[in-house]
Amino acid sequence: MNSSGLRIPILKVEEVLIASIQVALHDASAVQFKDDLLQKIHDTKARGVIIDLTAIDVVDSFIGRMIADIAAMAGLMGSRVVLTGLQPAVAITLVELGLELPNVMTALNLEKGLAVMKNQVISPDEEEEQGDGTG
Amino acid sequence: MAQAKAAVIRSDLDIVIARTLARDTARSLGFGPIDQARIATAVSELARNIFLYAGSGSVTVREIERGLRRGIEIVCEDQGPGIPDIELSLQDGYSTSRGMGMGLPGARRLMDEFDIQTQAGVGTTITCRKWRS
Repeated sequence: MNSSGLRIPILKVEEVLIASIQVALHDASAVQFKDDLLQKIHDTKARGVIIDLTAIDVVDSFIGRMIADIAAMAGLMGSRVVLTGLQPAVAITLVELGLELPNVMTALNLEKGLAVMKNQVISPDEEEEQGDGTG
Repeated sequence: MAQAKAAVIRSDLDIVIARTLARDTARSLGFGPIDQARIATAVSELARNIFLYAGSGSVTVREIERGLRRGIEIVCEDQGPGIPDIELSLQDGYSTSRGMGMGLPGARRLMDEFDIQTQAGVGTTITCRKWRS
């Protein structure tokens, strides 16, 4: 069996990609996920990506860096990443490790993540009529 | 007391196996979910260091006692090149590989006790412990 055979399914709902990571990622599968996700952003022109980590109980520095990289790379492609469902123990260990992911948007759960996407990424100016780039 | 259990590190898949072993042992010893995550994360960092720097090695997990206290001890051994400068390797952000330089200092912060024995060309043994509160 191929050790890189594990692929994380990436779903598309309107302009948002959703990937829920359900199994412990080893390094090769994390790299595969990054590549798959960036390709999918390119193919679908998604404006936002939600990565749901509800089922994940360990995020070490390698996976943490991968998430930071994905957010930065997706940003370069014009897509915003929202991380959802971090368990308390995962949030605590990430900060204690020294990995606070300052540039990654987060939300408590998938539902709130979708709301963040809708309000801040898909239609950020719907409520306040503030154009960007007017300065 | 339960017997020590060991995981051989030869690939990135073994990193997941080692940290699962550490988490399961920690849970069976009565550690709460946050300490289980700390222990599993520390083992993940140390096992990855073995894989990245030495190529192969082992992670051994056992229950320990000191007076009335109970805890978990994790020994990570390899026959790799050794760590040239321990002080430097324990600084945040220092890395000689493609890592973030968080492995050793991060693992040390997550555990209660942390000891490094290393010799150039002979190998490295890192022993760390966490006590149940």
